[in-house]
Amino acid sequence: MAFDIGLTFLVLGVAAWTIAARETFAAVVGFVAYGLLLALIWVRLAAPDVALTEAALGSGLTGGLLIGAGSRLRVSQSPPAEETPGVALKTAAAVLCILISAGLAAIVPLLPDPAPTLAPQVAANIAATGLGNPVTAVLMAYRAIDTLLEIVVLLLALVGVWSLMPDSDWGLPLGSRVADDPDSVLTFIAQLLIPVGILVGIHIFWVGSIAPGGEFQGATILAAMWILASMAGLVDAPAVTRRWLRLVLVIGPAVFLAIGLAGFALTGAFLAYPESHAKLLILIIEIPLTLAIAATLALLVAGPPKRAQR
Amino acid sequence: MSLVLNVLSVLAVCAGGFFFLAGTVGLLRFPDPLCRLHALTKADNLGLGLVVLGLLFQAANPLAALKLVAVWLLALLAGATVAQLIAHLARPSGPRA
Repeated sequence: MAFDIGLTFLVLGVAAWTIAARETFAAVVGFVAYGLLLALIWVRLAAPDVALTEAALGSGLTGGLLIGAGSRLRVSQSPPAEETPGVALKTAAAVLCILISAGLAAIVPLLPDPAPTLAPQVAANIAATGLGNPVTAVLMAYRAIDTLLEIVVLLLALVGVWSLMPDSDWGLPLGSRVADDPDSVLTFIAQLLIPVGILVGIHIFWVGSIAPGGEFQGATILAAMWILASMAGLVDAPAVTRRWLRLVLVIGPAVFLAIGLAGFALTGAFLAYPESHAKLLILIIEIPLTLAIAATLALLVAGPPKRAQR
Repeated sequence: MSLVLNVLSVLAVCAGGFFFLAGTVGLLRFPDPLCRLHALTKADNLGLGLVVLGLLFQAANPLAALKLVAVWLLALLAGATVAQLIAHLARPSGPRA
């Protein structure tokens, strides 16, 4: 109990510090620490699936994205005076934030206790999906449409990043290569860590059907390994124009959508699986989906091509 | 037997906690980046190693023990290489020499 209270205050403190930090990089470091502490809280709440996702995506991958954004911001000049918000705008933003926080604080005590839950129904019907992990059953069967939409949002985000690239960058390899020296420390760790990382990523994906894990967490680890290989110069990052790259990105959501539409013919509802083949269909969706998520996340972090600055 | 194991666990985890504390104090108090890196990697290597050692006495089966050791080895590898990379950038003679 004392540990949980201490953890709560630590998270609140780190959150306040992250907001108050004046430097972008310091704020990002605070954000990553905040995410890791949040993952610890999810573990304490007996939600290891959420904890894994928070640590991998919320803290690790988003942290990487923010560091990239921060370092790109530092290169460009500071914004002109007319673009920095005035006192009136800042006050309005603060008042709105306080109102929303106060509204949320007022609503939370009004929620029914115990909270309404569908957990018993999930537990009662999980055998029909052939899965052993109720979280995966919710993500891939009961609320599969949410997962489908999440993938589409990720893909749209990547299209957005690519749309902002100048035409001249279109054929260049994405992201930036850090180490050109084959004897560098980065190359060494990449060669040693990547086989282990790929194994762990596949394990986390595969074990998701019966234990905490799943395609998002596994894909994040796979994406991290690809980013490491590309930064260390072990693989050449592809250009946007490569056809196989676009195919990998699209095939995950496409298979998902195709099986979802087939649900109309087989069982009469979108994204409904016939009970006898539910596990197999979920697996057929999940494998290309994991690859697509890994590629999308890796390319989001890699960002547009960065020319050598030397 | 289990009492002995519990005592060993408590001792090892406490020793590990001491190294993390010392590493954190070093991170806050040491004068330059290389010294601070030194303090940090000591905390990671020895502190985590001792915590893992303490938890090994409580491991339910050999597989769980193996996973714990793997976590420590991976943290060692990551800590050592990241320290090298940061030290390259931080040393007084500049990033490339």
